Amino acid sequence: MATGVRGGLRLDAHKERSTEQALRPASAVETLVMPLDQHAGAAAVPLVKPGERILRGQPIAEPGGAISAWLHSPASGTVAAIEPRPAPHRLGAPSLSIVVANDGRDERVAESARQPFEQLAPEQLREIIGRGGIVGLGGAVFPTAAKLSSARKGHDVRLLINGAECEPYISCDDILMRERAHDVVFGARALMHALAAQTCVIAIEDDTPQAASALGAAIADAHDARVQLRRVASIYPAGGERQLITAIFDVEVPSGGLPADVNTVCLNVGTAAAVAHWVRDGQPLTNRIVTITGDGVLEQRNLEVPLGTPLAALIYDCGGYTGRMSRLIMGGSMMGQSLPHDDMPVIKATNCVIAASALDLQPRAAEMPCIRCGNCAEVCPAMLLPQQLHWYALGRNLDELETHGLMDCIECGCCDYVCPSQIPLAERFRDMKPALLERLAARNSADAARVRFDARTARLERIENERLAALAKKRQELAKKSS
Amino acid sequence: MPFATAPAPHVVAPSSVGRVMRQVLYALVPTVALHVVFFGPGLLIQIVLGVVTALAAEAAALRLRGKPLPPFLLDGSAIITAVLLALCLPPLAPWWLVVSGVAFAILLAKHLFGGLGANPFNPAMVGYAVLLVSFPARLLQWLPPDVAGVEPAALSFVDTLTTILTGTPPARFTWDAITSPTPLDALRTDLALGMTMGEAHANALFSAFGGKGWEWINLATLAGGGWLLALRIIRWQIPVAMLTALFACAAIMSAADPGAYAGPLFHLTSGASMLGAFFIATDPVSAATSDRGKLIYGAGIGVLTYVIRTWGGYPDGVAFAVLIMNLCVPLIDRYTIPRIYGHAR
Amino acid sequence: MLPALLTMVGLAAAAGAAAALATRRSSDNQERLIDEIDALLPQTQCGRCTFSGCRPYATALANSEADINQCPPGGHATAIALAKLLGREPKPVDPRFGSVPVHPLVAWIDESACIGCLKCIQACPVDAIVGASRFMHTVIAEQCTGCELCIPPCPVDCIIMRPAPA
Repeated sequence: MATGVRGGLRLDAHKERSTEQALRPASAVETLVMPLDQHAGAAAVPLVKPGERILRGQPIAEPGGAISAWLHSPASGTVAAIEPRPAPHRLGAPSLSIVVANDGRDERVAESARQPFEQLAPEQLREIIGRGGIVGLGGAVFPTAAKLSSARKGHDVRLLINGAECEPYISCDDILMRERAHDVVFGARALMHALAAQTCVIAIEDDTPQAASALGAAIADAHDARVQLRRVASIYPAGGERQLITAIFDVEVPSGGLPADVNTVCLNVGTAAAVAHWVRDGQPLTNRIVTITGDGVLEQRNLEVPLGTPLAALIYDCGGYTGRMSRLIMGGSMMGQSLPHDDMPVIKATNCVIAASALDLQPRAAEMPCIRCGNCAEVCPAMLLPQQLHWYALGRNLDELETHGLMDCIECGCCDYVCPSQIPLAERFRDMKPALLERLAARNSADAARVRFDARTARLERIENERLAALAKKRQELAKKSS
Repeated sequence: MPFATAPAPHVVAPSSVGRVMRQVLYALVPTVALHVVFFGPGLLIQIVLGVVTALAAEAAALRLRGKPLPPFLLDGSAIITAVLLALCLPPLAPWWLVVSGVAFAILLAKHLFGGLGANPFNPAMVGYAVLLVSFPARLLQWLPPDVAGVEPAALSFVDTLTTILTGTPPARFTWDAITSPTPLDALRTDLALGMTMGEAHANALFSAFGGKGWEWINLATLAGGGWLLALRIIRWQIPVAMLTALFACAAIMSAADPGAYAGPLFHLTSGASMLGAFFIATDPVSAATSDRGKLIYGAGIGVLTYVIRTWGGYPDGVAFAVLIMNLCVPLIDRYTIPRIYGHAR
Repeated sequence: MLPALLTMVGLAAAAGAAAALATRRSSDNQERLIDEIDALLPQTQCGRCTFSGCRPYATALANSEADINQCPPGGHATAIALAKLLGREPKPVDPRFGSVPVHPLVAWIDESACIGCLKCIQACPVDAIVGASRFMHTVIAEQCTGCELCIPPCPVDCIIMRPAPA
């Protein structure tokens, strides 16, 4: 078993409650809301107009830039509107969204002929993956085709399929691996082909035996020796991309760099399954598995949900709120976003919805000054000194924040969890990052300006020297002629 | 349906500053208990006086700074300062000694610098240092340990109380009759008089490896410190570094000249060695930050303690050693920032 | 008494000499110092400091021939950072050298008035203006440092400063 993350915490998982029941589809809803900017990169551009009839799986928005993604309709019906709607990934302002009125007939687009992926060239496969609207379903929603294209391709590239679902409450990946392990393995093999890679590791935590046996069986059925299953200790945040790469491959992703810098591409198990559904079955990304959990909802389970389903409908589908409902969280208990209301759609990043009651929440007590006990430094998976970062954040000392590695903070919340003074550390660091980023950006543009200035000075000098050299030559020739 | 929002993480461990401080106080119980066994109930009176002063000074300072009294007043940090300072003072010291020391520690060493979490120096040690340089004679008037073979002072509780509150011993005693130096102090005086180590150790104040009574108190402190380590309230770096450095210095010097220098076990079990290692040097606010920094900090305290005890002007060097290393902490921190994930090795 | 006094004075003198030696800079160190100063400057290359660019100002600062408060585009933050680096008294930017911009500004050419004379292109110290003779000139906003050196040469006054795009 891999040694796992340095620091970190052993947390109560709270996952058994939502994995007792098998996965089932969510009940259909009348209206689905698809924000156009629900993936990383440029917002998608609508391809449809209000009033237009659309089918399930039909592309309704195309990529809006080099890093962007396709959007497909999760249901058949009509485009009710294209207008700003509240969305959980941008709570400051509504996002422009395509609103789909579901006609309930579930008519799908005609399927085009598909070739087995082994017969495609890697670039072709990457392009096809992009057209499926596939983005990272672990939460970062980075367009998968862009990630594959920017990675170095070749025999030493390693594919890491991240099934280490470390954050408490979230169990959607676990259910996926238990019930659809073959899809995960198929997707992994397709992704290997897209990268021309020869190594693939599927990493899971050591507290998910059903997933382990399901994946083991699926890998055996695939008869592909390049795919291995590895387990990591279930310490939060073992599933963090950097921590997992270090645990499995024993290399560190450079600060400010990407896994591609260490020849690794890391993708979530859900992303791999989505690739399988598109490449093998012709179904673009229109659904995802969502965990509905927490003491504030009657029934805790996983559902397969069409994108755009309102969160309120999901809760209703699970029996509704209990009287103890207190806080609505999208995500897990350590990094999840607290939502102001439930009139928001499921987006590609929605892995879990916690209807939290007082039993689930362990809120902070009143904040006291830092006593420098060092608990935070002990648990930090990025090997930072949070007590120093806190001290410098209080004084807004950007120099020292940079020296002490604020930008390397992964905002996992471990330091927050152990602080006896109950200081909201993760929130403070999140708040200080924009100021530091601004300063780094200013420094970068100053460096660029210096380079251009030096180049211009050199160019002018060269032109002047050439001019003087040409003059001198002319004078010489004239002198020769006259003599 | 609207909901109240809050930032992540949504679960935090139910710990508090008060809980940490309470664990430290519990860990001091063995030390205090054995101290009372050997030196009588004076320490308890000193502790009561110290704690009352500490809370009064803390309340006054919080009021002056415009801070709310709860949760700061009873967070336990002022109480610990008082207890630690009381442990450093002679059990029969007059009441104004502990009161002025604790008041100085709380008001000037702690709140003047910013209160909880902001003091660059260990407040108890600052209080002790001020008392030591102001009233050196008073601080050397200890009691002989109440063990067989040594003339016990046989002061009753009432006698102890009146001595402390009035500053003079009861009529039937004189100061010389009831006080005695600590083993470290006696050793120092005897060595200055030209005795060898063996001759000095023949003094009734000494026993097999340490000072009578003091060795047991130090062992009790070691037990308390071990308990704090097990609870992960303190980390091992500072105590281990300090005791190892002290041991090493003493071992080297006593191996070179056994007649002139006390052995390592004596140093480890006398004076405030264990108290310093586990309770004073480990004050997290004034100690170094990173693990490597803590090792350097602890080792520095160990070496300085030995140097001051052997060649300096005071019998026990822990207080000044801690204060000097507190001065060095910003420099140590600057050069021991640990490597961050993803940065070059 | 006298030996003690002499010892103290001797120790103090030795410590002071050591400190002075440590802070003295060789020529290599001087080059490094100029680099360090230049790294703090905003690279606007505007000349408001009375030197012909940021590096000449950095060189002058290293030789103690200029003061730390002569760079308006750097703002007060740069002045304070320079003071910290050079061990001088921190002070705000001297208004005689220019006013500190509140928001970053970039140049903008009114294309309806531009006559394609190349004068602004030749003036720009960072080659942020594209164009050719009798062809439209335009400022690449991301590369404009806000130095305003293009404004005086323009014969038709068609360049203004606008807030930099976010």
